Amino acid sequence: MSHGSGGKAMAQLVRELFAAAFANPLLDQGNDQAAFDPPAGRMVVTTDGFVVSPLFFPGGDIGSLAVHGTVNDVAMAGAVPLYLTAGFILEEGFPLADLKRLVESMAHAAREAGVSIVTGDTKVVERGKGDGVFITTTGIGVVPPGVAPSGERARPGDAILVSGTMGDHGVAIMSTRENLSFETDIRSDSAALHGLVAGMVAAVPDVHVLRDPTRGGLATTLNEIAHQSGVGMLLREAAIPLKAEVAAACELLGLDPLYVANEGKLIAICAAEDAEPLLAAMRAHPLGAEAAFIGTVVEDSHRFVQMETRFGGKRIVDWLSGEQLPRIC
Amino acid sequence: MKRLRLRVRGQVQGVGFRPFLHGLAHRLALTGWVLNDGAGVLAEVQGDALERFLAALAEDAPPLARIDAIETDAIPAQPDETGFAILASQRGAVTTGIAPDAAVCPACLAELFDPADRRYRYPFLNCTHCGPRFTITRALPYDRPQTAMAGFPLCPDCAAEYADPADRRFHAQPTACPSCGPRLSHSIAEVLAALRGGRIVAIKGLGGFHLACDAFDAAAVERLRARKQRNGKPFALMVANVASAERFVEMEAAERALLEGVARPVVLLRRREAPTLPASRAPSLPRFAGEGLESPPLRSGGGLGRGQASSSSTLPDAIAPGLAWLGVMLPYTPIHHLLFHEATGRPDGTAWLERPQDLALVMTSANPGGEPLAIGNDEARRRLEGIADLIVDHDRDILIRADDSVMRVVAGAPAFLRRGRGHVPTPIRLPRSGPPVLAVGGHQKATVCLTRGDEAFLSQHIGDLDNAATLEFLEESVAHLRRILAVEPVAVAHDLHPDFQSTRFAESLGLPTLPVQHHHAHIAAVLAEQGEGGPALGLALDGFGLGPDGGSWGGEMLLVEGVGFTRLGHLAPLAQPGGDVAARQPWRMAAAALARMGRGAEIAGRFAACGPADGVRRMIEAGINAPPTSSCGRWFDAACGILGVRAVAGFEGEAPMALESLVRRPTVLEGGWRIDGGVLDLTPLLESLLQINAQEGAERFHGTLAAALVAWAMPELAARGLDRVALSGGCLMNAVLAEALSAGFAARGVTALLPRRAPANDGGLSLGQAWVAVQSLLQ
Ligand SMILES: [Fe+3]
Ligand SMILES: [Mg+2]
Ligand SMILES: [Zn+2]
Ligand SMILES: [Zn+2]
Repeated sequence: MSHGSGGKAMAQLVRELFAAAFANPLLDQGNDQAAFDPPAGRMVVTTDGFVVSPLFFPGGDIGSLAVHGTVNDVAMAGAVPLYLTAGFILEEGFPLADLKRLVESMAHAAREAGVSIVTGDTKVVERGKGDGVFITTTGIGVVPPGVAPSGERARPGDAILVSGTMGDHGVAIMSTRENLSFETDIRSDSAALHGLVAGMVAAVPDVHVLRDPTRGGLATTLNEIAHQSGVGMLLREAAIPLKAEVAAACELLGLDPLYVANEGKLIAICAAEDAEPLLAAMRAHPLGAEAAFIGTVVEDSHRFVQMETRFGGKRIVDWLSGEQLPRIC
Repeated sequence: MKRLRLRVRGQVQGVGFRPFLHGLAHRLALTGWVLNDGAGVLAEVQGDALERFLAALAEDAPPLARIDAIETDAIPAQPDETGFAILASQRGAVTTGIAPDAAVCPACLAELFDPADRRYRYPFLNCTHCGPRFTITRALPYDRPQTAMAGFPLCPDCAAEYADPADRRFHAQPTACPSCGPRLSHSIAEVLAALRGGRIVAIKGLGGFHLACDAFDAAAVERLRARKQRNGKPFALMVANVASAERFVEMEAAERALLEGVARPVVLLRRREAPTLPASRAPSLPRFAGEGLESPPLRSGGGLGRGQASSSSTLPDAIAPGLAWLGVMLPYTPIHHLLFHEATGRPDGTAWLERPQDLALVMTSANPGGEPLAIGNDEARRRLEGIADLIVDHDRDILIRADDSVMRVVAGAPAFLRRGRGHVPTPIRLPRSGPPVLAVGGHQKATVCLTRGDEAFLSQHIGDLDNAATLEFLEESVAHLRRILAVEPVAVAHDLHPDFQSTRFAESLGLPTLPVQHHHAHIAAVLAEQGEGGPALGLALDGFGLGPDGGSWGGEMLLVEGVGFTRLGHLAPLAQPGGDVAARQPWRMAAAALARMGRGAEIAGRFAACGPADGVRRMIEAGINAPPTSSCGRWFDAACGILGVRAVAGFEGEAPMALESLVRRPTVLEGGWRIDGGVLDLTPLLESLLQINAQEGAERFHGTLAAALVAWAMPELAARGLDRVALSGGCLMNAVLAEALSAGFAARGVTALLPRRAPANDGGLSLGQAWVAVQSLLQ
């Protein structure tokens, strides 16, 4: 792929590729924007840039990730996602076959999620100025009435639930990138969560907090919520779902799985009395089959997220300023 | 006739100083008066024997007194004065302090075992020469209402002693007797019966609860270990006296003095019988995978019934598995003494105190879950449920917790492994006076340090800051130090590490902050306590500290000049595959050393039994979460892994302690190291360990490491005309290394300065940080 003289032809090719893969009535109009009537209710908009290496990994690729990530950010408002927009930055020389593969994956992910990619943009940068492909997606959705989850709504006594096993995505990425084969292949959990969320808010409209623990994992996300809400949290290590392969990979790599990214999991915080129905609603959906009640929101002026370990002690599950640095002297 | 005005500074209040002066004046037929004020003791004395008075003042001062300075002024005599008076205390700016807690004094012991005494067998007797101080004092001034004794009004007898200047209980704030003082929840006979019945008993001590059991009862020791989930970590032993200790351990005069001193620390002493040591070269199996999935297999040998114990010196190995040292302490509260008294049939008098006793108790801190020592009665019931079979408490509250101090004799003099009860809050004198600063230490074995003038008040051992309870203890310790010193810091010093809770705490205080590099602080701590103000060369031989370059440091040669330092050199880097995991799994560091030798292909074969060896090889070779570290501690780990001493450590420091245990006489491998551009590379030494057995390897590693470090530092010392070198960091807890280094430098005319008043490990960091901060503010 090149720009300049031959670039024109290439851009045309890319446009056609996208048009064919993403085809939907709004996109098909061929305008530089998509126009539609606003639905009833509160609207939600979010945007996210996707940079991942490798671009293809077990369980997904940058294309599906760019759909899931933004759909999930919409869904974490309790919303039904409606439309996506997509911006691509392609590095000159990126193989067309790979591009085709990831665009098709993206289209597939959008279809599965029931959202349309209604407008987009493509830029090509010189070789060496990009890392294959960067994608930015923006999502628009609408929230059903009576639903208003938000990061500052965690209250002492609330239950903390997660929708499934932690750390799958980050470990899958790491093992592929570093060419570390584990005995069982670990796949990314990349998935669109709005279907799961729809069932949850139908069962418990007053869910206090929904958030997807992506970068920084469960630990970082819970610390963010604790700070936003001015509360502490007490987790039970034994209750946190973890695949044995992920645990083994983390043990080898010296990573704490609670800090490893997820792309198809959510955290839900609700009143204690809503925990049972919410957990039932989560488990009724395939993406929440391994949902678990992992801890409780507590009063704490320090806003600490603490964890009861398997051995009866407690430890602070802190936020980190950067990567996991050693601490043992 | 002459008259002198005396100002005495130091630890002179609450230690029986005024009655001592009063008695001395009477004996020497002197007149005058004495009073306590904010600066210490002020006195005027008049008569002919003033010379003798001054000499006695320095020589015969009460046991808990510490005289820092005596200033005398000749003033006009008052011819018609009669008698010597103790005048009312005067308030003033507080510069005097609270004494540390002290073991029962001989006079109190005599009362304790005298059936005619009104305090016969009273578990809370004390006097101005002994008993609780720091741990029962809320704030200054040190008066009964500010102590845990506030709720115990004195009975007429105690009140009379308290008011009598000639009595050793004159103004003894914690004084008590059976009719007015605290009570123990159980009789001594019941407590002893429980211990002898194999029960685990929580006993409230001076600075917190201990968990105790009969040390000869192997099953009880194992039960305690299992309940406490203390994976192989050694337990301390309490025996009645030196004669009893000598059945198990060897000791030299300095060690004996340490053991019998009023501070009564746990002292590490060499066992008479060599412990069972891994004989094979095969790596020992992981006994404690990662966070400890299995409890360690306990060796069953050595467990003896009590019937045999009386004539035996064999303790269950489970007390300190595989280690050549035992941590031993002697009784320091009346409760402890009464247990031994009961066990030996309640003899009258004190002669029995010197005779060997059969009873030996395991005494370990009651700090389940790695959280701070339990101190409250309700807290103990809550936290020790399921651990202790019996909880023995009393109604005298512990206001601030203090773990037992742990010490050993290193290169002929005492050194701290952990500084706590008996030593806090004794200040450490800084080379210069400066504005008050707070320093908050590191992450593990945290301590804090608050300065006042040229005094640095290093807190008691606080613990590892990975749980909220320990962090709260740190905050309490800061608040308590502020109260008892009546000083407000103007700045706070902390480690460079952004994710230490201590760093975050420092940043939350709203004071100017000063980050101090970890190894700079280690060296500065030694310089601070040893009065070295000028430029100095230091070797920081340590586990891990973040460098200003973001790297993992830990084997550093630093030139420290005031508030700055230059990194002159460091140990050759080893990959640390998995970060902290590698600090708990010495085999990973051995794998990194093999890779460094170019023998990475051997990793999978050699360490197949230890863990995911081939995965670790790939991490090392591809640099996946395997950051290079110049840590001396990790080089130790590598040696342990290669020699098969410990593949996986059940507790911090286990592997190097086991390695040190193997050494009888260090040896030096010529050519065992390379020095290149300030980098000291021990790869040849490590490679040679592949060929020899564990004991030979341990001796070669220690001896060669020390020789290499000396060879490395000498040119830098010579180039700067320095004849002193400061040594610090966690590896200096290793007495074999410390002694080999001292001797090695001494042979080249260089004095090695070792940490003496603060621990060499991270427990001393806050002192070094504080000293750097003081100098920075003085600039
Ligand atoms: Fe250190
Ligand atoms: Mg976003
Ligand atoms: Zn006494
Ligand atoms: Zn009394």
